[in-house]
Amino acid sequence: MSTIFDCERPEGIGGLFPAPDVPTKGQENLIPSSLLRELAPRIPCLSEPELVRHYTRLSKLNYGVDDGFYPLGSCTMKYNPKINEDLVRLPGFAQAHPLADEQLIQGCLKLLFEMSGLLSKVAGLADVTLQPAAGAHGELTGMFLVKRYFEDRGEENRKRILLPDSAHGTNPASAALSGFSVTEIPSGGDGMVNLAALEKALDETVAAIMLTVPNTLGIFEERILEVTDMVHAAGGLCYFDGANLNAFLGRACPGDMGADIFHFNLHKTLSTPHGGGGPGAGPVAVAEQLVQFLPVPRIVKEDETYRFDWNYPQSIGCVHSFYGNFGVILKAYAYLLHLGDEGLCAVSENAVLNANYLQERLKKTYRLPYDHLCKHEFVLSGKEIAEGISTFDIAKRLIDYGFHPPTIYFPLIVPEALMIEPTECEGKETLDRFIEAMEQIAVEAKEAPQLLHDAPQHAPVRRLDQTRAARQPMLSYPFNDSADQEDQTS
Amino acid sequence: MRYIANTDADRRAMLAAVGLASLEELFADIPQAIEDCFQPLRLPAQSEMEVARNVQKLASFNEVHCGSISFLGGGIYDHYVPSVVSHITSRSEFYTAYTPYQPEVSQGTLTVMFEFQTLICELTGMEVANASMYDGATALAEGVLMADRIAGKRRIAVSRALFPNYRRVLDTYCWAAGIEVVELPITKNGQSDTAAILDGLSGLVIQSPNAFGVIEELEGLKGAAGEALLIVVTNPISLGLLAPPGQFGADIVVAEGQPLGLSPSFGGPLLGLFATRKRYLRQMPGRIAGQTVDAEGKIGYTMAAQTREQHIRRERATSNICTNSALCALAATVYLSSLGADGLQKLAQLNLEKAHYLAEQITALSGYELAFKAPFFNEFTVRVPADPEKICARLKEEGILVEDQRSLVDVGLAGALRFAVTEKRTSEELDHLVTVLGGIQ
Repeated sequence: MSTIFDCERPEGIGGLFPAPDVPTKGQENLIPSSLLRELAPRIPCLSEPELVRHYTRLSKLNYGVDDGFYPLGSCTMKYNPKINEDLVRLPGFAQAHPLADEQLIQGCLKLLFEMSGLLSKVAGLADVTLQPAAGAHGELTGMFLVKRYFEDRGEENRKRILLPDSAHGTNPASAALSGFSVTEIPSGGDGMVNLAALEKALDETVAAIMLTVPNTLGIFEERILEVTDMVHAAGGLCYFDGANLNAFLGRACPGDMGADIFHFNLHKTLSTPHGGGGPGAGPVAVAEQLVQFLPVPRIVKEDETYRFDWNYPQSIGCVHSFYGNFGVILKAYAYLLHLGDEGLCAVSENAVLNANYLQERLKKTYRLPYDHLCKHEFVLSGKEIAEGISTFDIAKRLIDYGFHPPTIYFPLIVPEALMIEPTECEGKETLDRFIEAMEQIAVEAKEAPQLLHDAPQHAPVRRLDQTRAARQPMLSYPFNDSADQEDQTS
Repeated sequence: MRYIANTDADRRAMLAAVGLASLEELFADIPQAIEDCFQPLRLPAQSEMEVARNVQKLASFNEVHCGSISFLGGGIYDHYVPSVVSHITSRSEFYTAYTPYQPEVSQGTLTVMFEFQTLICELTGMEVANASMYDGATALAEGVLMADRIAGKRRIAVSRALFPNYRRVLDTYCWAAGIEVVELPITKNGQSDTAAILDGLSGLVIQSPNAFGVIEELEGLKGAAGEALLIVVTNPISLGLLAPPGQFGADIVVAEGQPLGLSPSFGGPLLGLFATRKRYLRQMPGRIAGQTVDAEGKIGYTMAAQTREQHIRRERATSNICTNSALCALAATVYLSSLGADGLQKLAQLNLEKAHYLAEQITALSGYELAFKAPFFNEFTVRVPADPEKICARLKEEGILVEDQRSLVDVGLAGALRFAVTEKRTSEELDHLVTVLGGIQ
């Protein structure tokens, strides 16, 4: 793949900015030379047509939701409505400065205030902070809240966070960043939290449990009320990871399941695009007893005016430069308005129906370790499909069939996991084509395994050498010689 | 619902295939007690046209602000964004993709990450950069956590002239991690007082240009900090002109990338820039793309150094970050390559000249003087002869936006205002500001 550094031209092009319209003095007269740059950065300048062609070409090497089926489990790769992309570019929003006078940004404040209210209701909890910029950032904020809560109660001995062994990797990482230690709870044979193991782990050193509901196997914890009751009885808090909210949108609330803290992934559940790795947004909802600890500033409404309120002395402080990813929150807000209660219900119904249909059809060919009514996703194992064939091979072969592979090798409790999440946006016709491809791959695995080992053959590149990337990291463009650099001294 | 493809016939066929009689049965595993508590939002669905109308109405409440002449800064600047930037970021192959877990179908995103990392290294004078953090403040907080993982002293020193919103985020992260934060006072020049640096620090945090707009003297800081890692917070546009922090021995450089082609968007999404030295790669937070080859020897890109990350190392990961600001990093990459080094330098010069012209005009007015004599880039602080709130209110009447003095009071300076001047401010707008200021009694 060539990069912009391969199409470099020696001189600048200009044409973007006008000439100075004030009398100029020259940088050497305004800044001491010791502070000035001697060596120009090696930033290539492309003509606009070259630039557009370069990035258009690169875009075509990607696979997005708009290109086709993207059943990446745990990531809820649903369709991203186009109207939202237009709304976020309205100058009234795009040009709004976060430090502007409150009277001049009432539209932004009103939107954030209303969105907090809507998300509180979706969570079934008392209040929400919109500051966290991603799901993992929401988890971290949640862990900060747990820490502050126990500090406030003088229970600093509560240093442990309990996690099912099926948890996302961000959960233990977020707990550790907040100074907690992690205790793993083994799942039962049915894939759900093992109550006996939980009972054993609970004591006065436990701060909270972090649960994903439905869990990462796509199974709704049928004993969720017992689990959260047990943790509460032991004096701990219940944190719910909201990655799987799509499963019960419009039908149930985490607050009613015993959650004290719940984070949203707006870029998953509420349709804002993922952007190839962000920006997302990870608002955190909390129960009444945690509201006083939420990040500042909060937005309050007085008569018909909105303003920032910094006066929460118990707050954990701030977790974002400003108020969170406003542009992302705005898209999720528009999506909620469009859906309404009826649409939210339709989302979970179709997402869960699609997943169960795929599960039912695919379990005839692939091993389904936890055979259960699933929610929005399910996990197959590629383990026994054929001698010498791995889940990795199956995933790469799916690319040749024009599909994005599922999430693989997660959750860790399923060997050779294939985690499949169709979302509500896909129709039966697409699902049938996917099933057909998966069945065909299973046949190939036995009869023509080389096809799988050599896959993908119909992608922009063949299988990439990950070992080399890890052992000999080349993390920036290898500019050849130092002479090159000297030539560019300005 | 417009975003659902199944027809009623599809749903019937699928229900039959799974052996269920109704959609309700799909949720039979949710305990009845939970379903009984459920309260709907009482939100009627709106057509796309109604949503557009209602959201546009909210945007219109901000229009006075958007029609004003802005001197607001403090980390978010009103720069011109070339048209090409949003045309590229609007390509849905980029914005509807996930994190590039499957490199063979993500070469677009991965190549951009690689280009972005290279550009950030070039700008900052550092050896390795990641593919982005959430924003400047969290990039700084993660930088401090990283410095403490390396040096282990459980204490850092922070310049008083750090943006107060960055300081608040840093304080929260350090409280949670059990790291003590001590403050470096400010000299008469508005620069950090390096004579006050103590021993036993994991890191030393200096911002340049700082919260007063003043360019700090980075030369010699690395030595003064002893074993501590030098962490520099900077403004990427200023680096078109100013010597990069890497040249002064910085160990970690972080910045807010918004000036590189992102709209202010009420403070988010933003773009955290993060760069460091190669020797610290294993302690670095965030995603990184690396170059490799495919099965046929052709060059390609993939995520690299993943053994630092949460999905592999879990509670021993260097950070919990997962989703970051990839699309914003694409915007910054397109922005920088549409300017080139030469364009960036000219842009920085334009900012510098306009800011200095305005400073000269304002300080020619009676009672107005620069708060500090030290050099500045495109933002400067002026002591004012009247109540700053009154001045801001008067300017607002004239359609001129200047931040109230709260951010400056937070860093220890009262009775002053800060002005940020970008290439977008015309000489007429600058002169208008000076005229209005001159008329205030």
